[in-house]
Amino acid sequence: MRGATFRGGAHPFEGKEMSKDLPIEKIFPEGDLVFPLSQHIGAPADPIVQKGDTVLVGQTIAKAGGFVSTNICSSVSGIVKAVEPRLTASGAKLSSIVIENDKQYTTIEGFGSERDYTKLSKEQIRDIIKEAGIVGMGGAGFPTHVKLTPKDDAAIDYVLVNGAECEPYLTSDYRMMLECPESIVGGLQVMLSLFPNAKGIICIEDNKPEAISILEERVRGVDRIQVKVLKTKYPQGAERQLIYAATKRKINSTMLPADAGCVVNNIDTVISIYNAVCKCIPLIRRIVTVTGDGANKPRNFQVPTGMSYKEVLEQAGGCTEDTIKIVSGGPMMGMALFDLNVPVMKTSSALLCMTKDEVAEFEPSACIRCGRCVSVCPSKLIPQKMMEYAESFDTEAFQAIHGMECYECGSCTYVCPAKRRLTQSFKQTRRSILDSRRK
Amino acid sequence: MSKLYNVSASPHVRDKVTTKNIMQDVVIGLLPAVLAGIWVFKVPALLVLSTTCVTCILTEYFYERFMKKPITTSDYSALVTGLLLGMNLPSTIPLWIAMLGSVFAILVVKQLFGGLGQNFMNPALGARCFLLISFTGRMTSFTVDGVSQATPLALIKNADKTVAVTETLASNGVSLFDMFIGTTGGVIGETSAIAILIGAAYLFIKRIINWRIPIMYLGSFSIFVLLFGGYGLDGSYLLSQLLGGGLLLGAFFMATDYVTCPITPNGRIIYGLCLGVLTGIFRIFGGSAEGVSYAIIFCNLLVPLIEKITIPKPFGYVKMKNKK
Repeated sequence: MRGATFRGGAHPFEGKEMSKDLPIEKIFPEGDLVFPLSQHIGAPADPIVQKGDTVLVGQTIAKAGGFVSTNICSSVSGIVKAVEPRLTASGAKLSSIVIENDKQYTTIEGFGSERDYTKLSKEQIRDIIKEAGIVGMGGAGFPTHVKLTPKDDAAIDYVLVNGAECEPYLTSDYRMMLECPESIVGGLQVMLSLFPNAKGIICIEDNKPEAISILEERVRGVDRIQVKVLKTKYPQGAERQLIYAATKRKINSTMLPADAGCVVNNIDTVISIYNAVCKCIPLIRRIVTVTGDGANKPRNFQVPTGMSYKEVLEQAGGCTEDTIKIVSGGPMMGMALFDLNVPVMKTSSALLCMTKDEVAEFEPSACIRCGRCVSVCPSKLIPQKMMEYAESFDTEAFQAIHGMECYECGSCTYVCPAKRRLTQSFKQTRRSILDSRRK
Repeated sequence: MSKLYNVSASPHVRDKVTTKNIMQDVVIGLLPAVLAGIWVFKVPALLVLSTTCVTCILTEYFYERFMKKPITTSDYSALVTGLLLGMNLPSTIPLWIAMLGSVFAILVVKQLFGGLGQNFMNPALGARCFLLISFTGRMTSFTVDGVSQATPLALIKNADKTVAVTETLASNGVSLFDMFIGTTGGVIGETSAIAILIGAAYLFIKRIINWRIPIMYLGSFSIFVLLFGGYGLDGSYLLSQLLGGGLLLGAFFMATDYVTCPITPNGRIIYGLCLGVLTGIFRIFGGSAEGVSYAIIFCNLLVPLIEKITIPKPFGYVKMKNKK
């Protein structure tokens, strides 16, 4: 079967073999848990607990700070130790709630009890999702209840479940597709109940045949839901490319998926929706793949949010001596960590231990204008020219050739034979343009 | 924490292909034509090619050494320039002219404009045109097997248009088959069409070059000569135009030079079209039977303009315009 896809894209080394056959294991934290108040796009959440308060598993510890914002719930029971700035994976210190774990895992009342979503109104479902603190778990962390509240419910034609997992090495979504397909279908059914005219499509890259067959089996005979096979290519799981591959509709940086009649959610987000609505479990855990050449034992872990990466790595068996770079997330868009004492957040997906740093290994050399960056760019940009303008700080020219349409997928930088640090420059330039617009 | 880890912005992985790999592939792609040239023109061709390659590499090395710049001779780009220049010279050229051309190519056309990636003109072709203007006689006398020969294109250009092309060629002891395998008069690397096509196929398979420039170039050129060549729809005339002169070498190896061709996909199509038309004009209406080198360096100058008008619409852009 030929999978649907988009024009452009790259084929980085997949590296999924290392962890794809390892079942998800639950791990529990020993040390303190850290819950940054800003784990999502939008306003930071407002803490509603104070130092010394006792909290339970599933208890809301911070309330959404606006419409585009969301709640944060505790993943353990224990005592609030502090509300103070803590280092996060991005390298920024963010105001966080620190909880001392009492290891009792006492839950709030009603936690885990069954609930029938068909008896709930649309408002109730959206409220539950907001209360549960669900955000886009593919990486961006856009509050899910906002995504699920378009101007017109009837105008949504497709609810897409993003199971592409195009980032190399990551297998967390893949494992979830194998291990809890019923939650994926259940979560999708909850979303479909919000949109009367929508069709649900579960999109999976063709390098995951087992997941495809399990989910195809699961959706057989289920109304309004189908599985769509996509070609394995990076960045197939990027929202705009996914929408195009699944529906042939195009959106750009200034539009939301809803403008094309689509709602897109990551596999783990859909499962979290199911857990929140049907099982009364808020978003308090995250599937994290510990992998890479430097990982002593690759693992797929179910990790309580707030647990430190350091502990996750220790429980996985640590990393080898020659590990030289540790990345939170995948190798294409993940963030390199200089300190492992940062918490697992709602958007964390992997801990990648690399024994080879190809960025440091290759010095950038002169651009030979080969055009490889142009042919892989999923947004059809001219990275070579964008780089010229970025280097000369010509932000106007950068915008004139549509530089702001770049979403920093890294494909151009991956293929560049001169090893130029294109994405890195674009990040800086785009930030400075966005900052100057804000003024 | 005791150990310090590397930190950088994403992406953290890189493709294996490097500039050096690409240049190596280009050298491999050129080899069939180089070997064919040595087979046809014997030792003198080998001497010319060695001279240009060595001089190009040394010029680059000494310039960068002298200017205290990083030495880039190991990226093979100077070797590619040397090979291409040698392939664009007749085997009878005095070696000092070949050396002069090599120095001109690397020093003036490439390094003075900033080195690899910055030259606006193909160094080998820039040097060839410089030599062609300076030493016209020596640059246009060709000898095959010790007998001096005019190029097939020159024969056709000076022939009576009422005589069939194949007859014109035959009366001078040349056939289309000779042009195909390369035993005709011409510069070292251009005569053997089959060798050039084998090398080009290699570059296509390795995805070093793509169809846009060569196909648009050869296509628009074919249409142009059929319209204005004066032979009407004559297959053997078209074939002699395609096989003769530097067209194939130029279309596959020099027009596709990354540095001096447009980077935008549509720009490459326009560039190919311009090349075809210009080559046609130069060959049919110009004083010389040749036109490829001039067409390419002229179009090199158009590249910034072509790129400016062919910046593609980004993904999803059209929809935004239609939406009010």
